[in-house]
Amino acid sequence: MHKLWNNYRYLFFRRFTQIGLLVLYFGANAWGWTILMGNLSSSLFLNIIPLSDPYAMLQMLAAGAVLASDLLIGAFIITLFYLLVGGRAFCSWVCPVNIVTDAAALLRRKLGVDKISKKQPASRNMRYWVLALSLILSFTMGVTAFEFISPISMLHRGIIFGLGFGWAAMLIIFLLDLFVLKNGWCGHICPLGGFYSLVGKGSLVRVHHNEENCTLCMKCKVVCPESQVLYMIGKESLPVLSGECTNCARCIEVCDDDALEFSIRKLAKNKNIGE
Amino acid sequence: MKKETISDRRKFILNMARSAGITALGGFVWSAYVDEVIASPLTLRPPGALKEEDFLKTCIKCGLCVEACPYNTLLLAKPGDNKPLGTPYFIPRDIPCYMCPDIPCVPVCPTGALDESSVTTDGELDINIADMGLAVIDDNSCIAFWGIQCDACYRACPLLGEAISIKYEKNDRTGKHAFLKPIVHADVCTGCGLCEKACVTEKPAIFVLPREVSEGKAGTYYIKGWDKDDEKRLKDAKEIKTTTEISKNSALNSLNDSEDLY
Repeated sequence: MHKLWNNYRYLFFRRFTQIGLLVLYFGANAWGWTILMGNLSSSLFLNIIPLSDPYAMLQMLAAGAVLASDLLIGAFIITLFYLLVGGRAFCSWVCPVNIVTDAAALLRRKLGVDKISKKQPASRNMRYWVLALSLILSFTMGVTAFEFISPISMLHRGIIFGLGFGWAAMLIIFLLDLFVLKNGWCGHICPLGGFYSLVGKGSLVRVHHNEENCTLCMKCKVVCPESQVLYMIGKESLPVLSGECTNCARCIEVCDDDALEFSIRKLAKNKNIGE
Repeated sequence: MKKETISDRRKFILNMARSAGITALGGFVWSAYVDEVIASPLTLRPPGALKEEDFLKTCIKCGLCVEACPYNTLLLAKPGDNKPLGTPYFIPRDIPCYMCPDIPCVPVCPTGALDESSVTTDGELDINIADMGLAVIDDNSCIAFWGIQCDACYRACPLLGEAISIKYEKNDRTGKHAFLKPIVHADVCTGCGLCEKACVTEKPAIFVLPREVSEGKAGTYYIKGWDKDDEKRLKDAKEIKTTTEISKNSALNSLNDSEDLY
């Protein structure tokens, strides 16, 4: 029991926040709760505090919309929050699509899909191209381009306001991740993840590697959805500084040797190490 | 076989070219899709909504207006609704806008896509100036135009007697009855859709359409000379010169020349 808790404690908390937030949003629409209203694009917390998706705001800016003050305040609060806890903490602690892609990754490992297709046909930098593209399209077409196709908001809105054919989008992502590209959506394509990777570059909460304890079992690299950020495993005692780390803490859980742990980044000390 | 080596520079250039190519490919597919979904002209928006073009830019698709609506009138477009995804709209035949005096859906909008100032008179919210669309009547299927007495839409209208009025006319068919014809007044109608909801025919004979769809436009060639306000439309009018080439042949010749007639 203790081992079970030790191996899944962060996963449990992550699912708890992901589903808990969904329940709060759902309750707001279904039963009129006022704790958290709206959805991940923009919400109202406790009937006062506006919260907004800063990436959606960027697209609106590119589209040429007039930005209202509530929106600016909301986006500022969210940006500040993720600057501190790690941008992509959004991905693994909040985003509902993460549950779908984690399931696909788990099944992929269990089925051994990687054994027949070792080579990854696409670069993880694709998300930055998609990010740039979304802003260009927003500018040229005068609409928030990604918001019109975003499977994240599709699923999230779907759960709160009615899904429609949104399940098909989830199935596409699930199959893509399972058979076509490992960590395909979250790790390669999603521009929101790309955006939060950039936001989280300097965040305070980081995973730390302690090389002395490492036994080179490489369980962390197998389970990591962004395994390139763990390049230092067994080589050097370094914090994971890449913004692409989602702070999902799966590596910490699967490590049996206490070689990985959360820590607060020591800003001054690590300045020169870089990523 | 000798393995060909690729220089780092070549590799970099190739990689960049590939990424740019894939981006362009994705961009075209993406923009084609977005272009398709935003071109749905039959969408009725909540009160106070900006012009459709600006609305699509500004709406963040959070659904706060939908949650604020006490009648569940407003819906968020789901995949499969064939509307711009995630934007609020309503279907008056199912649930019309009941025109709440405090307009709860508008002030909650965080982005100003629902513009409070457009539904405010003298510093107070005024739903009567909302402009969600315009009701139009198909007089072919409206039974009041047949001579059967019905004033369901007139009675349902929250701006009774202003947005819809009843026009009396003699019924020549019977010679002793009257037509009670409903007339929509475009300058007052808010497009709430209560008339469409109330309409007794199988498919409503009165229905709300967005103004861009239901209204024509006279343009600057025609002005009400007796109306001072109407002349203001001429202010931004631009002169358009057209020249028509006049035929060099005389009219007489054109008659004489047509030999092949015989």
